[in-house]
Amino acid sequence: MTFEQSVFYVLAAVSIFSAVMMLLQRSPVNSALYLILNFFCLGGLYLTLNAQFIAVVHISVYAGAIMVLFVFVIMLLNLGDEKRLREHLGIRMYFGIAFSVALLAELLYILGFSSANAYVQQSPSAAEIGTVEYLGKVLFTKFLFPFEITSFLLLAAIIGAVILAKKKVVQ
Amino acid sequence: MENILQLLSNPIVSAVLMALAPLLFILPYALVTIYIEMKMAAHIQNRLAYMQTGWHGTLQPFADILKLLQKEDIIPTAASKFLFILAPYLVFVGTYSSFAVLPFSSAFIGSNIDLGIFFLIAVSSLVVVGLLMSGWASNNKWSLFGALRSAAQIVSYEIPSALAILGVVMVSGTMSTQEMTHFQDGGIGQWIIFGGNLPLWQKLSLIPFMIILFLIYLVSSMAEVNRTPFDIPEAESELVQGYNTEYSGMKFAIFYLAEYANLFLVSAVVVILFFGGWTSPFGTFLSGPVWGAFWFVTKGMLFVCLNIWLRWTLPRLRVDQLMYVSWKVLTPFALLCVLAIGLIVVM
Amino acid sequence: MLTDFGSILAFLLVGAIFTAGGLIASWLLRPQRPYAQKLSTYECGEEPIGSPRVRFNIRFYVVALIFLVFEVEVVFLFPWALVFKSFGLFAFLEMVVFLAILVVGYAYVWVKGDLEWDKPMPRYTTADDKTITTIFEEQEESVLH
Repeated sequence: MTFEQSVFYVLAAVSIFSAVMMLLQRSPVNSALYLILNFFCLGGLYLTLNAQFIAVVHISVYAGAIMVLFVFVIMLLNLGDEKRLREHLGIRMYFGIAFSVALLAELLYILGFSSANAYVQQSPSAAEIGTVEYLGKVLFTKFLFPFEITSFLLLAAIIGAVILAKKKVVQ
Repeated sequence: MENILQLLSNPIVSAVLMALAPLLFILPYALVTIYIEMKMAAHIQNRLAYMQTGWHGTLQPFADILKLLQKEDIIPTAASKFLFILAPYLVFVGTYSSFAVLPFSSAFIGSNIDLGIFFLIAVSSLVVVGLLMSGWASNNKWSLFGALRSAAQIVSYEIPSALAILGVVMVSGTMSTQEMTHFQDGGIGQWIIFGGNLPLWQKLSLIPFMIILFLIYLVSSMAEVNRTPFDIPEAESELVQGYNTEYSGMKFAIFYLAEYANLFLVSAVVVILFFGGWTSPFGTFLSGPVWGAFWFVTKGMLFVCLNIWLRWTLPRLRVDQLMYVSWKVLTPFALLCVLAIGLIVVM
Repeated sequence: MLTDFGSILAFLLVGAIFTAGGLIASWLLRPQRPYAQKLSTYECGEEPIGSPRVRFNIRFYVVALIFLVFEVEVVFLFPWALVFKSFGLFAFLEMVVFLAILVVGYAYVWVKGDLEWDKPMPRYTTADDKTITTIFEEQEESVLH
């Protein structure tokens, strides 16, 4: 086992553990903290793939997102450690189960029916592709249109934030 | 002897040693700065500050450390114990890891990653999570209020400061802090605040925008370290001590140390971005790795002192004024500056 | 590349070990004599009433959300800032378009007033307001009749 592989297995194990713990925690704040741990592991996985910019962006944006969750919990949910989130499941639960079974089948298919080596090998140019300069270059040449469209997505997000924050008019 | 050399050349050992070095700087720095701050504050307010412990009270910071070490550690019964203990770790580790990308001299930088300055932005949002965690875990009204205010404030000022950093990245064409410093090497005229080493007409037209960006970054960095005039999160007359109200003894000391480390960090970033990092203001005169460290720390300390001076001169802002300054003054100006700089550099 | 981030990991470890070391050192030195009052929540000497984990004003949430959107926007600007010199005016104009669309959003938030910290609007008493005596008298009247 090479060094990269052992790093991968440690990170993968911790990320699965933290993901499961996130789901099992009763208090939403604890869940958010396990989510941070999970994001850190994913950041580490990006690093093993030579995608350093993505790794740092992942941590910075999601740490910000966690903070939003934190504030959300404090502001709106107001759940102590004793109370727990109760969700009304129903048709959503069946959809969820169906999709996760489909995903599992897909993963098993990939693992079982293809030579495992093809997925471990990293392209020799990976280190070059992962740099910010390269990202900037492809963003402004090859992926120009998706990039410009992203701004509309962000615009929608801003408007969404405003709508969410809309205060109810008190009579 | 040979064994020691062999041990030192081990990459893991050398990485750990590199990681220890900034700590050896932070500890004496914090002692000195706490002393300077108390003395400056006192003289600004026409008092003497401590005079009893040692010559002009010079031993006071040591006495403070001894006192903090021996203080009983109190974890309130109402607090969430695990998070309460975890929060100081998160805050200090977050702050300390930013020191990895500070180039103290041409020969010393903890980790010379290409992302350098961007990494700093990423880490500072992690520290916010630590602050929120401490406030939430304390289960105290002051703490929670302080933590929320602190998060809102740091987060609001993060945008203008990131835009100011962006402007500098556009001029220097790199995000690595070490390369950014090399870009400014060659005397005071090459510093980014004076347009870096671009052609003359570009330099001249950049100067006004760089000065505005510098002011924007200075103001937002002051807000990010939660000091007066931006100390609403720990406004002692209304919120006792803010997010660390419930912390005592060594845990409080860790928060305190992180705050002072952060103060140097933002000052150092100002120096790297606008004032040439470790480069000598006289070009090749008094330059070299050792002089580099001297210049870096000296320039950094100058900005630390500027911060202290402003802290003890200005009154505290109101929350709504704070939000106004960040979202309606600094952010639009920073955006305009970024556009103008882009136009100048591209021409 | 991994080694560069490895040294950042070393920084994380050193920071954590230093914090732990400080806490352990003080644990060895400090007294430990807790009692109920000492461990109660600090509220300037008053008995704390109710939990602090009450519902907070939505404005904190709004600020956090708006920050998140802008943070993502800034993340997009950084790769551009590194390479736009070599692409010339074209790359600059691309970014102007990108920013222009976002400025629409910014203007929208501004106009909607979500960038303002929403202030309490206390109603001050005026000369026409009832005094406490009149309120009492009115109540007496209503009880009597």
